[in-house]
Amino acid sequence: MTATAVHPTESTQPTSRAGELTDEGSTLRHAIALAKRSLIKTWRTPEALVDVTLQPVIFILMFTYIFGGAIAGGSQHEYLQFLLPGVLGQTVAMAGIALGVNLNTDIEKGVFDRFRSLPISRSAPLVGAVLADVVRYLILFVMCLGTGLIVGFHVGTNPLAVLAALGISVAFALCFCWISVWVGMIARTSGAVQGIMFLLVLPLSFVSNAFVPTATMPSWLAQVADVNPISHLVGTVRGLMVGGPVASNLLWTLGWMAVLLLVFVPLALRAYRRRA
Amino acid sequence: MTYAFRAEGLTKRFGTTQALDSIELAAEHGTVLGVLGPNGAGKTTAVRILATLLQADSGRAQVNGYDVTRDAAKVRRSIGLTGQYASVDEDLTGTQNLVLIGQLLNLRSAAARARAAELLEWFDLTDAAGRMAKTYSGGMRRRLDLAASLVGRPAVVFLDEPTTGLDPAKREDMWGVVRQLVDDGSTVLLTTQYLDEADALADEISVIDHGRVIAHDTPDGLKRVIGGQRIRVRPSDLGRLDEVRAILGQIAGASPEESARHQLTVPVDDESALAATVDRLTESGISVTELSFHLPSLDEVFMSLTGRPTETTKEAA
Repeated sequence: MTATAVHPTESTQPTSRAGELTDEGSTLRHAIALAKRSLIKTWRTPEALVDVTLQPVIFILMFTYIFGGAIAGGSQHEYLQFLLPGVLGQTVAMAGIALGVNLNTDIEKGVFDRFRSLPISRSAPLVGAVLADVVRYLILFVMCLGTGLIVGFHVGTNPLAVLAALGISVAFALCFCWISVWVGMIARTSGAVQGIMFLLVLPLSFVSNAFVPTATMPSWLAQVADVNPISHLVGTVRGLMVGGPVASNLLWTLGWMAVLLLVFVPLALRAYRRRA
Repeated sequence: MTYAFRAEGLTKRFGTTQALDSIELAAEHGTVLGVLGPNGAGKTTAVRILATLLQADSGRAQVNGYDVTRDAAKVRRSIGLTGQYASVDEDLTGTQNLVLIGQLLNLRSAAARARAAELLEWFDLTDAAGRMAKTYSGGMRRRLDLAASLVGRPAVVFLDEPTTGLDPAKREDMWGVVRQLVDDGSTVLLTTQYLDEADALADEISVIDHGRVIAHDTPDGLKRVIGGQRIRVRPSDLGRLDEVRAILGQIAGASPEESARHQLTVPVDDESALAATVDRLTESGISVTELSFHLPSLDEVFMSLTGRPTETTKEAA
């Protein structure tokens, strides 16, 4: 079900009826209105937040107490220092999955048909959904750090650096989740979105420096892990929260973010336009 | 002549299915066009193209004077769309659903709220305004969906099978809304599977099948072709079917056809035929399990127009 012709650009003809706003800045305004819609839905179904609340807690506890002893030469505390930014990186990638699943469901239910029949920018519904996800990533960061602090994680830097870690994590998440948006547009069912994204995110988050130093991997695998965007995000966050050099990892992370946006935003928008 | 919407030679193919095969649909301002056809005839595909949700493979379509491809944004300012399946957001309340649409139509917050309240009142949903749409009954959901498509006071309203699945009382309510819309100056495209619905609401009816128009006329004109009211009888004693056949034949002056097993249907000229039928059946002491007086069903319309029944098993397009 694809339409081959390209849609014409949106009209910018101003409207002047009483009680109406002009089209100026309307895409952002529409996206915010649609983000509010997503947030209302999240608020009504708090169980949909498990992936950013319980999941990081369970991962931190499991990895620390099950693998911690074996991995970091017996010191669970030392492993926790290493692990926490890793779990953050992994759960950031996983938290984006829900977005694609929800968008796919919305399209299936016909809610997006209504949006598509309105004189709004075609990107507004997608951008709105992504904006609403900011709240989920903030919760995720707070849960990760909170759990870590309770079980003995020690911030080796300063509050400003932790804020920077929060900023880069959320920013990365907002870029990474466009993969999920794209998959949400092209997959036939929401179940398929979930399946495809897990197949992508699980290897991506394990073949990285999130849980073990890449130096312990066979060299070919280490090479893969070293270019992995998750590795660079985790490296950046480690530097900002535990201490150590940040610049190189940060540049790599920013580079990856740009690539993710440049590749997956157009793909997602195109798939959205074509989905009938 | 200026049309509120007009589709000329639209074609659309999905894989091997020819959903639309050079379809022509048009309505003048302030009128209702009924598009009558079975599932899979192409009704929804045609509506989606007119509503800019889908691009045709070839052909042209205009809505409110704007080309659906070149001026899609202007078309979207002119239309309201109510899908075959209610497309309100179930996790939002009635008010939130309508306010969101208002905001997306660039209404200021206060104006969006006022319009939402006005529509909820009109559609008798004020009491349910603060409840999530998922708690609504089927009829309430349809009304909210229709309300959502009217927030922007559209000049052209597309109603894709708005009453499918509704009970008769709710259908009548929906019909009232459609009439009100037209009184207010809107033009309506209504797709339906029921001739009685098209007959009750439409100024003109296009009967479509396999993506093409097979008949286009006023309701009266169409009924002249396919016959008006029909009487259908199913005797409880199946052995007396032939007696019933004879009685109906005499009253109608035409030989009844067996529209289903042990069920006879015959077109009649006026309502007195019903009383006559009841009298004759009573006189003869024939009891019935079914006796009805109705406009032709979609199957009967298609039988009259094409000489074959509809293929309702095909996937809806």
